Amino acid sequence: MARIELNEIAHSYMAKPKGESDYALKRIHNVWDDGSAFALLGPSGCGKTTLLNIISGLITPSKGRVLYDGKDVTELPPEKRNIAQVFQFPVLYDTMSVFNNLAFPLRNRGIHETQVKKRVLEVAEALDLTPFLNMRAAGLAADAKQKISLGRGLVRSNVAAILFDEPLTVIDPQMKWDLRRKLKEIHEQLMQTFIYVTHDQVEALTFADQVGVMFEGEIVQIGSPQDLFEKPEHRFVGYFIGSPGMNFLECTLEGNVARVDGAGIVLDEQIAAKGHRARGKLELGIRPIYLEIHAESANGMVPADVRAVEDLGSYKIVTLTLAGKTLKANLPEDQPVPEGQVWLGFPPQWTKLFADGWLIK
Amino acid sequence: MGLSLQHIDKILGREIHLKDVNLEFESGSRTVILGRTLAGKTSLLRVMAGLDRPSRGKIIVNGKNVTGASVRKRSVAMVYQQFINYPSLSVYKNIASPLKIAGVKKTEIERQVHEAAEMLHIEDLLDRLPAELSGGQQQRVAIARALVKDAELLLLDEPLVNLDYKLREELRVELQDIFKKGKAIVVYTTTEPTEALMLGGNIVVIDEGRILQTGSTAIVYRHPATLKVAKVFSDPPINYLKGTIQGDTARIGQHIEFPIEDYMKCLFDGSYMFSVRSNHLFLSRNAKEDAEIPAKVELTEINGSETFIHANYDGSRMVVQEKGVRSVHIGVEITIYVNPHYFFVYDGAGALVASPSGGVFDAKLK
Repeated sequence: MARIELNEIAHSYMAKPKGESDYALKRIHNVWDDGSAFALLGPSGCGKTTLLNIISGLITPSKGRVLYDGKDVTELPPEKRNIAQVFQFPVLYDTMSVFNNLAFPLRNRGIHETQVKKRVLEVAEALDLTPFLNMRAAGLAADAKQKISLGRGLVRSNVAAILFDEPLTVIDPQMKWDLRRKLKEIHEQLMQTFIYVTHDQVEALTFADQVGVMFEGEIVQIGSPQDLFEKPEHRFVGYFIGSPGMNFLECTLEGNVARVDGAGIVLDEQIAAKGHRARGKLELGIRPIYLEIHAESANGMVPADVRAVEDLGSYKIVTLTLAGKTLKANLPEDQPVPEGQVWLGFPPQWTKLFADGWLIK
Repeated sequence: MGLSLQHIDKILGREIHLKDVNLEFESGSRTVILGRTLAGKTSLLRVMAGLDRPSRGKIIVNGKNVTGASVRKRSVAMVYQQFINYPSLSVYKNIASPLKIAGVKKTEIERQVHEAAEMLHIEDLLDRLPAELSGGQQQRVAIARALVKDAELLLLDEPLVNLDYKLREELRVELQDIFKKGKAIVVYTTTEPTEALMLGGNIVVIDEGRILQTGSTAIVYRHPATLKVAKVFSDPPINYLKGTIQGDTARIGQHIEFPIEDYMKCLFDGSYMFSVRSNHLFLSRNAKEDAEIPAKVELTEINGSETFIHANYDGSRMVVQEKGVRSVHIGVEITIYVNPHYFFVYDGAGALVASPSGGVFDAKLK
């Protein structure tokens, strides 16, 4: 297990990169503590897989150093880094038994057979694979195969880190709950360094203590799931996390009131004061779950029109227009469904202000 | 157009892929087929498309039996999970290909390709090759090609599964609008309850090759006719606890006892399964009639706005979906509160016998 340091990393796939736009990774400068569960979350093309490949040694970065427990491993290939990897699709030997598949990474390193057996049985038990140990991998369902892949990643107890690249993509939703739970239990038991790459916010947020959100080759925010949800530092984090994402409205400031065309929305005074000094485009941001919908007007509320209501079972998504802009609000299952004109409340503690995409705080 | 599947079986060797499938589809209808991996969703689409011949049964289109007719003779467009495009053709030519084969005039092809590309936000990519596009963009190309074909039957087999979460969310909304405009029969498969709910329309729940329930998506969600349907159509997994009803009292395990709700009064004394979705379980009391479930925490997951508490009561695993961030430690004893009027009651065979929304139980069982 190791503490992983990424020191001023940048990477371009081009031989002679010119501008910043030629870099798949622009600047990554981070330390991941030993034993932590860390997730990298972002859309495809954001550079998260490039970064994972730099950590594993499949790619040598154009700039910067990778350190494991202070030791420079930047130039070392994956097999010399003592890491385990789990990929999106199951990687295993179809003709071998489940036991032999799990034992392979250990036998490959000349571990004594009694030790191999002990470890394989432990991992199989943790992943509910014990009943399958003598079966051939070929005949098993997709999720069982992916569990074997996970098991192969987990079976070596002395690795510096375990890297997961979208490991649950091919798994059914029900099974995802089970496997996520397994992974989390195993992490709590072993306290190994887990690095988990995914585009799925639910997976990243539920799995990791710390999540790094990546956007266009940079980590725009690292934080706990709660921080990312409640205090998104960049509009991309607001948009990408949460379903639907945060609502944004371009605005101007008058005192502590944000003007969106005719409508005025009261902001926190300190934030508004900082907003007056900020440069660039100002936008107001609010999460759909914090936007209040009322049938009657009250102080500080602004009128809006209901455009559509979608029933998602446990809640509804209401689409509204305010001064020509579209907003979404989440409505709990037991609340009456609004129609026509309604009044929107923007609780000041949940109404954020962004200047040129960055949170004013 | 009307499409009807009558007593369809698809059996390969000893494997049952479809068993006695009976379904009706009308022009302009949108249907989601919900089922787990290997439930028979793709087999069903392939039979509907005419790519596979059923082992038994008939496929009737506009009153005409087309069972066994080749896919080329049918008006069908299909979008697959793994996006398929012609690698050497530009995006424009990829979208235009079905029109070109149909001998449509060049100016008309141009108009339609631009229209479809605009709808799917790929109008800037028309000159590129598929390999130069991201996965999401490639799938949009495949969908655009299926749309210009203007087929009477549009089949989409988990079309968004390989795409980014956020892109999926956006495309889902756009696709709904596109489907609403057309006259085609649209059939869309998914493994995800949330996706099914977002797409709305009608739903067909399938498992092990058999149709379990059909009906309006929102109604089926609120009246899962069997425990199996409730399981397939719940995310997080639905909770279910074994219990009994005796007179006016329901008992679950050692510790839970509550007076039965009005909608349970039609039930005879006996053993039942009490089932409730995670969002109807709470860590604090909301009403005086709430039943208390003493449980032990096994794991908590926080997704930013909600907390999922996994707990164990009497050997049953439960998931509580609470709003906000709750830190509940592993191993702690908690009390879960549930208002009994949220329980679905299933009999020993797993059939729904009492449902919270009372008498309006109009879900169709097959």
